[in-house]
Amino acid sequence: MFKLIWRNSLRHRLRTTLTVLGMAIAILSFGLLRTVVDAWYAGVEGAAADRLVTRNAISLIFRLPLAYLNKIKAIPGIKRVAYGYWFGGVYIDEKNFFPQFAVELHNYLDIYNEFIIPPEQRQALLKERNACVAGRKLAQRFGWRLGDIITLRGTIFPGNWELVLRAIYTGAEETTDETRFFFHWDYVNESLIKTTPAIANQVGWFISQVEDLDQAPLIAAQIDDTFRNSLAETLTESEKAFQMGFVSMTKAIVLAIQVVSYVVIVIILIVLANTMAMTARERQEEYAVLKTLGFQGRHLVTLIAGESVAIALMGGGVGLAAIFPAAHYFRTALGNYFRVFHVSQETLLLCLVIAVLVGLVAAIFPAWRAARLPIAEGLRRIG
Amino acid sequence: MAEESLPPVLVEINDLTKSYRRGLQIIPVLQHVCLNIRAGEFLALMGPSGSGKTTLLNLIAGIDQPDAGTLRIAGVDISRLSESELAIWRHRHVGFIFQFYNLVPVLTALENVELPLMLSELPRRERRLHAELALQLVGIADRMDHYPRQLSGGQQQRVAIARAIVTDPVIIAADEPTGDLDKVSAQEVLELLTRLNQEMGKTIIMVTHDPRAAERASRLQHLDKGVLNACTPGM
Repeated sequence: MFKLIWRNSLRHRLRTTLTVLGMAIAILSFGLLRTVVDAWYAGVEGAAADRLVTRNAISLIFRLPLAYLNKIKAIPGIKRVAYGYWFGGVYIDEKNFFPQFAVELHNYLDIYNEFIIPPEQRQALLKERNACVAGRKLAQRFGWRLGDIITLRGTIFPGNWELVLRAIYTGAEETTDETRFFFHWDYVNESLIKTTPAIANQVGWFISQVEDLDQAPLIAAQIDDTFRNSLAETLTESEKAFQMGFVSMTKAIVLAIQVVSYVVIVIILIVLANTMAMTARERQEEYAVLKTLGFQGRHLVTLIAGESVAIALMGGGVGLAAIFPAAHYFRTALGNYFRVFHVSQETLLLCLVIAVLVGLVAAIFPAWRAARLPIAEGLRRIG
Repeated sequence: MAEESLPPVLVEINDLTKSYRRGLQIIPVLQHVCLNIRAGEFLALMGPSGSGKTTLLNLIAGIDQPDAGTLRIAGVDISRLSESELAIWRHRHVGFIFQFYNLVPVLTALENVELPLMLSELPRRERRLHAELALQLVGIADRMDHYPRQLSGGQQQRVAIARAIVTDPVIIAADEPTGDLDKVSAQEVLELLTRLNQEMGKTIIMVTHDPRAAERASRLQHLDKGVLNACTPGM
């Protein structure tokens, strides 16, 4: 039976090749679009459960006083606290965008232990006032080497900020963002004290690492209670919820991508269903002959569904094989937009399941017709 | 010949009626047909186009169902069998030979002959042995690895005959088996059918337009407008 299914699937070489190509492109598109969605959620997925983010309750654009640091540290159950803000500088040209953060590096690097830095680089980074650290992919993108001077033109914090690259971090996992850029919050703040003291000694957010995961919601509530009725009330949430807040701003785009990914599958389903319907119509006599030999409806259903699934899997296989070089191209060409572009195992599995499902669904109508075909009617088509 | 020494009746057809519907119109094809066929007979069914001979053959082979009447084969009323029961019955008891051979083009001669055995529980090795033996019987074992497109019409029909006999059926139903063949090939196929009938005792029911083919049969029945020329079940 498998031999017959396989040979039937290759019977019309051109038709099968075109359908396989269509299927391959559909699966490739689906896989890439799913990976785009995953990339969108990469920050959320990369968030650790033991990290709490505290920001101004009104909006992220309003800052919090640095003075909150000691009060947060004093709350039982908190292991470490770091702070920082979004710097938003321009490197040479605006098109060279990458995420830049001025942070309290000592605790920050302890909290974000997925950023792996060689000990001697870490030491140099923490020692030097205007030192900075870049992710591996970011350093690769601009060809930076340790010791290079990187000048950022401030947009939120005016002026040219000269930084020395003292460390390059690598991600602990494949999904870790390696395109971030960090430097000392103190370096910016010291300058602000001199130039614009009104905005000095402020932070965009505090990030706290808790000792006990189960206590995280309680600690978050305690932090917010501490600053209730103050001039700058706080909102503390898990890092995941915090990241999710950013993603939800672009929810419509993500939804559109998801819809498009499924539309692609529906289109190829129609194409394959048409191919299988044509094939089954052409072979009605053959099915009648098989029935004459004693084959039953269920055997014909197996033959047709098997052929349909075989074609779908051939296309799926080609699509999956193409997904890795395509993802590599995306990573290289669109690295600015997708800092993490990793084809997950779930996506691969989903592509495979969808290929099988498309094959099965496309076979339903022709298989049903073939199973119901009266033999005499099928044979009357002969001669 | 005395009645006691005759072989038993294998096919008993009594008052068989069949019609087809074309839109709102009902077209009668067979009307009150009565026919008995004894085991080991070689019966030729002749008649003009549209006389209902192929329909009668299809009914006997269990690939169509009558509207009325009874059709008993080896004591089983096949008109009462369900579709799946009928499929199993066909597989076990009937070998069908078509005018245009109807081999599966993507399978070799051997694989085509092996096809009906795929429904049996025989292991692959035995299936292959059976198929090879059937091809040897029809004298085409040397072409077992050829695809239908690589065979002549006569050779393809031999493969089709091998496919029809591979399950060792009681009845061989042949619908104009020489209709698409040249004279020489037609003679070879008829020779083969005669051998199957005489040497292996197969009951053969053959629809044909060709009087020379009909001459090979031990009995001839004419159908005209769905009526057998003589409705004498005891024949």
